[in-house]
Amino acid sequence: MGDVIGLLAFGSAGWSDELLAGAAVTIALALATLPFSLGLGLAVALLKRSDRKLSAAVGHAYTTVFRGLPELLTLLMIYYGAPLVVQAILKAVGVGARVEPNAFFAGVLALSLVSAAFTSEVFLSAFNGISRGQWEGAYALGLNRRRTLGLVILPQLVRLSLPGLSNSWLVLLKDTSLVSIIALEDLLRATNLAVGATKQPFLFYTSACCLYLMMTGASALVLRRIETRAERPYIRSPA
Amino acid sequence: MNLELLERYGPRMLDGLSVTAMLVVASLFFGALFSLPVVLARVEGGRFLRAIAGAYIQFFRGTPILAQLFLVYYGAGQFRVGLEEAGLWWLFRDAWFCALLAFTLNTAAYQAQILSGAIANVPRGQWEAARSLGLHTPAIYWRVVLPQALMVALRPYGNEVVLMIKASAVASVVTVFDLMGVTRLAFSRSFDFEVYFWAAGLYLLLTEGVRLVWGAMERRLTRHLAPAGAREMGGAPTAAARTPVTAAGEGRR
Amino acid sequence: MSTLKAIVVAALAIAFSIGGAAAQSEKWNKIRIGTEGEYPPFNFIDSNKQIQGFDIDIAKALCAKLKAECTFVAQDWDGIIPALVAGKYDAIVASMSITEERKKRIDFTDKYYHTPAVFVAPTKAGLKDVSPAALKGKTLGAQSSTIHSGYLEDNYKGSTLKFYKSQDEANADLAAGRLDAVLADKVALNDWLKKPDAKCCAIAGPDLTYGGGVGIGLRKEDQDLKGLFNKAIKEILADGTYKKINDKYFTFSIYGP
Repeated sequence: MGDVIGLLAFGSAGWSDELLAGAAVTIALALATLPFSLGLGLAVALLKRSDRKLSAAVGHAYTTVFRGLPELLTLLMIYYGAPLVVQAILKAVGVGARVEPNAFFAGVLALSLVSAAFTSEVFLSAFNGISRGQWEGAYALGLNRRRTLGLVILPQLVRLSLPGLSNSWLVLLKDTSLVSIIALEDLLRATNLAVGATKQPFLFYTSACCLYLMMTGASALVLRRIETRAERPYIRSPA
Repeated sequence: MNLELLERYGPRMLDGLSVTAMLVVASLFFGALFSLPVVLARVEGGRFLRAIAGAYIQFFRGTPILAQLFLVYYGAGQFRVGLEEAGLWWLFRDAWFCALLAFTLNTAAYQAQILSGAIANVPRGQWEAARSLGLHTPAIYWRVVLPQALMVALRPYGNEVVLMIKASAVASVVTVFDLMGVTRLAFSRSFDFEVYFWAAGLYLLLTEGVRLVWGAMERRLTRHLAPAGAREMGGAPTAAARTPVTAAGEGRR
Repeated sequence: MSTLKAIVVAALAIAFSIGGAAAQSEKWNKIRIGTEGEYPPFNFIDSNKQIQGFDIDIAKALCAKLKAECTFVAQDWDGIIPALVAGKYDAIVASMSITEERKKRIDFTDKYYHTPAVFVAPTKAGLKDVSPAALKGKTLGAQSSTIHSGYLEDNYKGSTLKFYKSQDEANADLAAGRLDAVLADKVALNDWLKKPDAKCCAIAGPDLTYGGGVGIGLRKEDQDLKGLFNKAIKEILADGTYKKINDKYFTFSIYGP
């Protein structure tokens, strides 16, 4: 038992500081991905709602591809492929500079693309939940399409999409573990290194799982409170 | 289209595809079986059973599937001596079995959540009416509640199948030669990016195929319901609707 | 539209930290060296998170001869060649064997060592014959993307093969009883066998010599760097620097035939 405590201690003998540093990278990765996931997801949702057939088709194709491919595959394709693409672009433009593929960026890009596919579906069903009357009323008041979207629709959209977005966030937190495969120092990779050095897989993987549980649990609690607050104006008193 | 590459690795990728398919089907099947007692504990059990089932579901839904896989695969290696004594080592020695076990436990947790959410979504009136007709609990489940619950659960179950296909790719990390494993091997020998496109195509075939088939099945099985379809059965948004039985689908990994 | 283009280029620049590469082709006074860091005693990361090993010492000696400043970058093995081609570093010094398949993508300097390969198996199994016929149906392991995994794939078709991200992982699975034998470089395996978690296992069967030796991996267009490195390799072999580094790690010369 003393062994276990020693291994989990902080400082040079124990691995807790490495694990926590990894957890910090995990959270950083998820937070960095979040804005792109939401922004791109909203854009794709708008595409899918577009009256133009081509735009809608592009939106649907995007969702089909990134929801249908395993995240690991997407990640590896971007990690190995993006530098090649960027290099080809630069060569075509005539810039002779070399490019450094960055694992963190590859991780953020891959996770954003995948996450956006899911959030776009959340936004789409939220859009469908807003009655046409809202749009018509706004137009009747003289607001153009953009202002309607920003002032009238978006606030309602946020409330309706919260459950789906909360789910997306939790999935994102867990998906970050895949970057351990491209040697990014997240929580799972730190755990792998600890296991490699100490040969105690059960202890460390269980600890890592506990850390993930704490992260997802804390997120779920916070998100539920946000949802409750967002619901407040809409709660009808029991009939 | 690099034909030489296709010749060298094409057949192996198809082998990998069948490994993936078998792994997914087996995990979903055993996961479904294992989820039944969990659901029962959640819905019918006393506080203690409910807590255990809840903890199980929470653990497997709150942690990444890759971490769960590592826990089973490397953990089994650590307990090799005990497993050898129990005569089970030959099973845990095999990476495919470890992946199957990890995936089964994982999908069972998600399926339990889906099913218990769907059961909770069945209006209380159904229960009361069934009881007033004098039906015993097993009969109520079999004849009244489950048929209605399964209608609601169809969409999330379909999502789960697709998500399991995608999650299976992580098995390649522990030396299973599924589709992803063969792809990585092919890339590591040839460094030709094309192999990733083939893998992408094959995975899309699988996931889209399942989605289309499942959608057709859903439409056929719910054709007796109002045009709104199965999901609108509940009426006012209930607590169960919050656990995403939505278009976005149950997220997992 | 031009603002959009500017933003895109800026984003790419930030993300990929484009290094000024114009001057590189004329003067090689700063060389970035890619290595793995998980292959003791040739390259490994010590407890101070520094990359050490035979490969590192050789690279440092060569850079000294070239009067260049060398920095080391760790990269996982499967991505080590793509990263070189993409420009993450300028040379691979990671005990990479010279093979025809790799020569299709990158170029190599002359070899700087050549050691045989060997099987390692649990001592309990008493494995002596390591021919494909004897190992039929057994589970064999090797690191992926190596000449050893290639050798297994080409010659041991009747056995179940498993490939791993790093040599360490293959060794771990052997010790855990998941493999019947591991094929890898004899020197690297000897190093592992000295460790406590390798007490299960020992070398099985004779030395196997294949491959063209280990060289420094370079991009095909960097022929000038190749010439510089080749000259430096000859120099350190001639003036005894190589022998000093060799003797620091091994009791015999690993330069090979």
